[in-house]
Amino acid sequence: MSEKIIYLDNNATTKSCDEAVQAMMPFFSEKYGNPSSMHTFGGEVGAYIKKAREQVSELIGAADPQEIVFTGCGTENSNMALRGLTDPRKRHIITTKVEHPCVLNVAKHLEKHHGYEITYLGVNSEGELDLDEYKDSIREDTGLIAVMWANNETGVIFPVEKMAEIAKEKNPKVLFFTDAVQSAGKIPVNVKNTKIDMLGISGHKIHAPKGVGAIYIKKGTLITPFMLGGHQERGKRGGTENVPGIVALGAASEQALRYLDDEVSRVKKLRDRLERGILEKTFNSRINGSRIKRVPNTTNISFEYIEGELILLHLSDLNICASSGSACTSGNLEPSHVLRAMGIPYTAVHGSIRFSLSRYTTDSDIDYVIDKIPAVINKLNSISPFQSELRELKEIKTAVKG
Amino acid sequence: MWEYTEKVKEHYKNPKNVGIIEDADAIGEVGSITCGDALKLFLKIDKNGIITDAKFQTFGCGSAVASASILTEMLIGKTVLEAEEISNQDIADMLGGLPEQKMHCSVMGREALEAAISNFKGEPKEKKIKGKIICGCFGVTEDKIREVVQDNQLNYIEEITNYTKAGGGCGKCKDDLRKILAEEISKRNNGKKDKPLTKTQQILKVNNILETYVAPELRKDGGDIELVDIEENKIYVNLQGACKNCPSSNLTLKNFVENILKEHIGENIEVIEA
Repeated sequence: MSEKIIYLDNNATTKSCDEAVQAMMPFFSEKYGNPSSMHTFGGEVGAYIKKAREQVSELIGAADPQEIVFTGCGTENSNMALRGLTDPRKRHIITTKVEHPCVLNVAKHLEKHHGYEITYLGVNSEGELDLDEYKDSIREDTGLIAVMWANNETGVIFPVEKMAEIAKEKNPKVLFFTDAVQSAGKIPVNVKNTKIDMLGISGHKIHAPKGVGAIYIKKGTLITPFMLGGHQERGKRGGTENVPGIVALGAASEQALRYLDDEVSRVKKLRDRLERGILEKTFNSRINGSRIKRVPNTTNISFEYIEGELILLHLSDLNICASSGSACTSGNLEPSHVLRAMGIPYTAVHGSIRFSLSRYTTDSDIDYVIDKIPAVINKLNSISPFQSELRELKEIKTAVKG
Repeated sequence: MWEYTEKVKEHYKNPKNVGIIEDADAIGEVGSITCGDALKLFLKIDKNGIITDAKFQTFGCGSAVASASILTEMLIGKTVLEAEEISNQDIADMLGGLPEQKMHCSVMGREALEAAISNFKGEPKEKKIKGKIICGCFGVTEDKIREVVQDNQLNYIEEITNYTKAGGGCGKCKDDLRKILAEEISKRNNGKKDKPLTKTQQILKVNNILETYVAPELRKDGGDIELVDIEENKIYVNLQGACKNCPSSNLTLKNFVENILKEHIGENIEVIEA
């Protein structure tokens, strides 16, 4: 077994970049003081947090670093935004059917236990929202709109800047939160000149370590803190700061900005080549989600009539790491809620594979995967009980080519 | 990542007996693509009733492929009568065990085998669905749930989901599952009725019921419950936490706690606040 891992699961988590790891190291056993302490030893650590705050605000275009609040993860950001509503008359929340569970499950909880009414906006077969339907759903009592910037499974981008505009036009008091965990570092994400009130990012999706995140909260936005405790983060998030994590997130944010051009050009080219290679060499594959409005690192490919976990296991044996929307991989018996919301047929949902690249993905990684995939898919096709359906697909594909 | 045994890995990496038998004497087909797994089993049976060949095709995950693959190996050389005796647990055991949440894969193997044998016996292919559908998400019938609960001596709803998928979708059928499970457990226990339970066994049993069905509900509202003592048919409990001073604590005790215990133990018990 060759030792090299072909890691194409960067929407799940990323390798920490050297800059992030190096930046955080002094804060374990040298500069381990508590920034809240009165002594200089602790207090001086605060300067590094301040720097990290500036680096993060640079990444997302915040006007003032004070608008950045450090948190534990992307999930905490969503909890903070959704559970932070202060006005008891605002009992309506708008979100989408394809959000990450960290938004969906909080929304469901608020609906079930706290009497909120939730509108879950559907998507079309390309994974896109209907903006007219969205506009119509905004009401007088709508307190919050939570829409992800890019989808973690398909990479499809929602027009959140425009959506925030629409929201404020119709109801100036509504709050607009976007989960930008999958878009930060992949496409330009800039809150400047937008009507976005809150935006969440997660460290480990942008080459910082796990356990640190940040939420942008526009000045003047009223929300109740979710994590109550000390005065840290100006009372918006209690708990002693995860100093190494925060410093690493700052360093990683700086790198993410530096590599943005690489992401939208080189990484995109690799992704497109991977896609083309797989589509050409396997007759039962199809791309899920809009190919135009998509983050450059992600592709979601279904292999019809075979099952995703089985594909992943075979890829894993070849040291290729990817993800699947199949039911079997989740421990939950239902397959991907995102692909089902798009109306993707079950014949394709169970066999969906997500490949997500990063700045560390190389040409030879992609060559290797394109080279290995056809044999895996052919082998698994031959196990499938849906032979006549597969034959039909093959004929269609050959006819189109011919 | 699932923890698969080496045997499971061996069989999904290189499954044995994949394919079809053109002149099969028996074909069993179960599952559907909607549910996420499907299995077709082909058997060749000679005039002495010995299975001389077995092949399969499957749509499913690693453990589904492994279950089907090892099943074909187990079948070849056996008589139909012997094959009928193979349970889903036997399939799982041959694989050195399956993760709990994957036990339904072994059940699918057993079902395909049943279907093939009834096909061999000339029973009509379009068999009537036995019993009413309990889980609409995965189309699981009452009869199947009862059968799997008894065959595998299941005690918890989670286990029913692991073995049959029932309850793994929207979860609306969980109340029905709870009833079926209680009935099957009491059926099972009635079979062993001759020996009365010792006091320790009684306490274990009541505690188990409280932990499974009662406490989780109370904890949702910040309460809890503790078993204090059992005297003949009187069960003494303590309500704790938020339940303690709750004005409706008596209602909780009689309508909720007592009903659940009656469902599982019998009508002649009484719950008393200690």
